[in-house]
Amino acid sequence: MHKSPVHDFHIQHGGQMVEYAGWEMPIRYRSIKDEHVQTRTSGSVFDVSHMGRIEIKGLHAQRLLERVCSRRIGTMQAKQCRYTLICNERGGVRDDAVVMKMDDDEFLMVCNGANREKIVDHIQSVVGEHPGWKVKVEDKTLKTAMVAIQGPKVMDLISKVSQEIPSLKRWRFTTKNLMIIKAHVSRTGYTGEDGVEVILPANAVGMAMRMLMQQADPEAPDAPLKPAGLGARDTLRLEAGMPLYGHELGEDISAMACGMGFAISLDKNAEADGETFIGQEALLAEQDAGGPKQKLVGLVLDTKRTARQDMPVLAGDAKVGFVTSGCASPTLGKSIAMAYVDTAHAGVGTTLSVDCGREQPSATIVELPFYKAK
Amino acid sequence: MSTPDDRVYSESHEWFKVDGDVVTVGITSHAVDQLTDITFVEMREAGTEVSPGDALGEVESVKTTSDVYSAVAGTIAEVNADLDDNPGLINEDPYGAGWLVKIKATDTGGLESCVDAAKYDADIAG
Repeated sequence: MHKSPVHDFHIQHGGQMVEYAGWEMPIRYRSIKDEHVQTRTSGSVFDVSHMGRIEIKGLHAQRLLERVCSRRIGTMQAKQCRYTLICNERGGVRDDAVVMKMDDDEFLMVCNGANREKIVDHIQSVVGEHPGWKVKVEDKTLKTAMVAIQGPKVMDLISKVSQEIPSLKRWRFTTKNLMIIKAHVSRTGYTGEDGVEVILPANAVGMAMRMLMQQADPEAPDAPLKPAGLGARDTLRLEAGMPLYGHELGEDISAMACGMGFAISLDKNAEADGETFIGQEALLAEQDAGGPKQKLVGLVLDTKRTARQDMPVLAGDAKVGFVTSGCASPTLGKSIAMAYVDTAHAGVGTTLSVDCGREQPSATIVELPFYKAK
Repeated sequence: MSTPDDRVYSESHEWFKVDGDVVTVGITSHAVDQLTDITFVEMREAGTEVSPGDALGEVESVKTTSDVYSAVAGTIAEVNADLDDNPGLINEDPYGAGWLVKIKATDTGGLESCVDAAKYDADIAG
């Protein structure tokens, strides 16, 4: 099992360690709800070093990414980040990822920890099909660390140490040289809050975390910044309506069904873009046939129970869908879930029910996301 | 959190505290740690007859839903109503305010399969 370069920090701060995607990671330090509320009201620091970081460099780097990513890459500017899906030939989702463009011939892709090896192998196999391409793919995950700092007070806190970072627009990044440490700081995240994600060398992250925490004693009750674990990360992303591979995204779920249409450039063409993307043909055929049969929706349940993955969604007695994720929403004080539902029953305002085993509470379809930062 | 030595513990991480013919049931600190935040509790109603091995109800957490089992025979006398609005009491005080049910016991022989605090601590450490 991999240990994060931030491991010692987790132990010092009382992190409860669990295995996740082959890594030993903190699920929480305090109560998950406290960490969730702290992120929504002030700020939290998350270790996300388990996520895959894949460097793609060379003359044909962009062309390779155009082939692999559902979203158009050629129109990206340097120092820009773009959310994309990585599809299979059937139009299912191998993973979702963020592509960071360093330069015309250098990119960094951040993918899910659980999919890192699969995605590296997939990209390598695409390279293998094009012997003429000059491109090098290198998995940088174990040599680097990644930390997310998220919450409404985070940019203010950062403004005390940097003028440049708070001036970054959303989905942009900058590369800082702090003494001998090179760090990429992007205005991105997976919580629905403003904030940054930082990628830096594994051997520098311990010092960086100490410097960061000097801003605030995390043990103090009103500390502006406290560590938070994967438990809160999951409830935060769910409130923010963000899909997670293995739940809302999967190899057998159409990329068109998951509500991430903005990340699918169905009009990519070989002449203008250099490549079409893997899965594009299948998705176009699906669109011509009327589109996906199910759609991802948000549900608010009339119960205190939590809907769990794969629980049936019912219209009357008929199964019309299935739950992908659920939680007791700390911000809304309600039981919320995401689910795939047959398009005929997927309209906002429709009342369905969820089979929770001992109870079948009614569930109303609401707009996603459940929560939007002010 | 230290494991109180005034009660016994089951393999499925319930605790049972005997006071005359009333047995109070809860779940251990170790179980609560594994479950993470408790979000919902539903116990069977007062008046329900239970036998050793019967489910007393369910505890839901951020991570999962778990059944809680009885080790004694008897009738559920009281359900902890404070947990309806504040299931987090189980996280805060699993051996005190976070108790689940009180059973008016007719047969406590099932508690012989339980262990004392020292043995329980050794088992979870092992």
